[in-house]
Amino acid sequence: MKDTRVQEPCKYIPEKMVSEEEQKDHTSVKIKVLFFARARDLTGMTDMSLEVSPGATAHDCLNELISKFPGLEEIRNCMVLALNEEYTLESTVVKDRDELAIIPPISGG
Amino acid sequence: MAMDSNGAVETAADVRREISSLEKAKAQIEDRISALQARLNSYGLEDGSEKTNCSAPPPAEDLFSGKLSADMIYRYSRHLLLPSFGVDAQANLLKSSVLVIGAGGLGSPALLYLAACGVGSVGIVDNDVVELNNLHRQIIHSEAYIGRSKVESAAAACRGINSTVQIVEHKEAFRTSNALEIMRKYDIVVDATDNVPSRYMISDCCVVLGKPLISGAALGLEGQLTVYNYNGGPCYRCLFPTPPPTTACQRCADSGVLGVVPGIIGCLQALEAIKVAGAVGEPLSGRMLLFDALSARIRVVKIRGRSSQCEACGENATLTEQQFCNFDYEKFTQTPLSTSPLKLQLLPPEARITSKEYNEINKKGEPHILIDVRPAHHYKIISLPNSLNIPLGSLEGGLPEISAALEVNKAGDNSRDSSLYVICRRGNDSQRAVDCLHKMGFTSAKDIIGGLESWAHDVDPKFPTY
Repeated sequence: MKDTRVQEPCKYIPEKMVSEEEQKDHTSVKIKVLFFARARDLTGMTDMSLEVSPGATAHDCLNELISKFPGLEEIRNCMVLALNEEYTLESTVVKDRDELAIIPPISGG
Repeated sequence: MAMDSNGAVETAADVRREISSLEKAKAQIEDRISALQARLNSYGLEDGSEKTNCSAPPPAEDLFSGKLSADMIYRYSRHLLLPSFGVDAQANLLKSSVLVIGAGGLGSPALLYLAACGVGSVGIVDNDVVELNNLHRQIIHSEAYIGRSKVESAAAACRGINSTVQIVEHKEAFRTSNALEIMRKYDIVVDATDNVPSRYMISDCCVVLGKPLISGAALGLEGQLTVYNYNGGPCYRCLFPTPPPTTACQRCADSGVLGVVPGIIGCLQALEAIKVAGAVGEPLSGRMLLFDALSARIRVVKIRGRSSQCEACGENATLTEQQFCNFDYEKFTQTPLSTSPLKLQLLPPEARITSKEYNEINKKGEPHILIDVRPAHHYKIISLPNSLNIPLGSLEGGLPEISAALEVNKAGDNSRDSSLYVICRRGNDSQRAVDCLHKMGFTSAKDIIGGLESWAHDVDPKFPTY
């Protein structure tokens, strides 16, 4: 997956104008990943940008993140996954400029 | 030093002792007043009147709108003036009962606001006693209550603010054996606990009894808030069917927490409880609020709806009271319900020494190296003199440093090999480090049992603990 990350100038296209065809033409999809709670400790970051192939799902993004940060495996089965601030299934295809949030539960008080 | 009126020499310690004894007496008197106040309130109930201000003459409610007494109108006037809250929501509050589980960082502000706002009855569950290191965030407790029950302390504070609210003390741990009996009496539940098994247990209990759950959590500089099991919304298990691994479960006692963070989440829990109890606004159901203190950001994320597969509240789920009572939450989450820290037993006895033994070695001047494997920011708080800080996480990288230190000692005293001791905060990480050192060839390494806590307990009572 790493070798597909071709740097291409990111031109802004309003979401509504992007047809399915045009999406496929993109060589990569760039999303923003937000980390919360334990995910911050494990990655050492609060957010990062991630490039994935067109058609990649939230599941693919997670796998890509785990390959970058193997420690994330720890919370793989216990997190809320939100795409653009809404609950998402792992099968959802991510779009350019999407925001994927990884939210493990906090239990402290 | 000063002379008192009798001519005896008075020291600062004497004054402190007297203050402390007076404070104890004061707390006892306050307790008695609270208990009497509660008794007085129960007279009001027996008379068949509403749970009103019973310290005043029976209110002539019927003269007014029929809903609130004159005292109540005055006390809650700012609520009544809110067009979107008003008399109806206030009357709903006065009729409602809220159970707050946990009188710690989250429970403190939640309880203060719930008592102040006029919830009819507030239950408090906790098994802990107040400690000095609680006070930076558990703002319901005061110094005078150190060493005493958190429930008693919180109840006294609540009664001090609003004597018309019925405060019910549950001085016990919330367990499957008493959960149903306690929770059944309340309309709304606030989860202000600090551990994973309690969160599953409370959520399941709310599902079994059909109670809305106001769930808050805080750690470090982050907080989370949501309302579960409300109006067809999800429960905790819908979101997290699989418990997190124990490594992912962090406690404030280990990871730290900025005091105001649980304070904010606890206030928001009170707010959500007031909305549910008052039947106003849109409670945070099906949504989760994420609070990030450092960046001053609050996000609200839409979370999943009720899961049809959920083992607690799903379509085919049949979580009965009996099943709930028999469920082993500690086993399910691999985490103890009590907050006592883990006591690891990793090393054989010959690879360990007590803090007293180490003290002897030190006093005799035996050549040795002491490695402190706590994180650097812990080491900065306090450390033993002449210890070398190599955090557990970077132990392998620190091996050359250890070898070099041992060499220097050897050069200084040719007759003997230098010993290698490892210390940490409580004696868990030191065992992991020694285990690792043994594998790296440092076979003489030993850990100090119980870490710096045992040093403070058994050797030097003045040594700071945290």
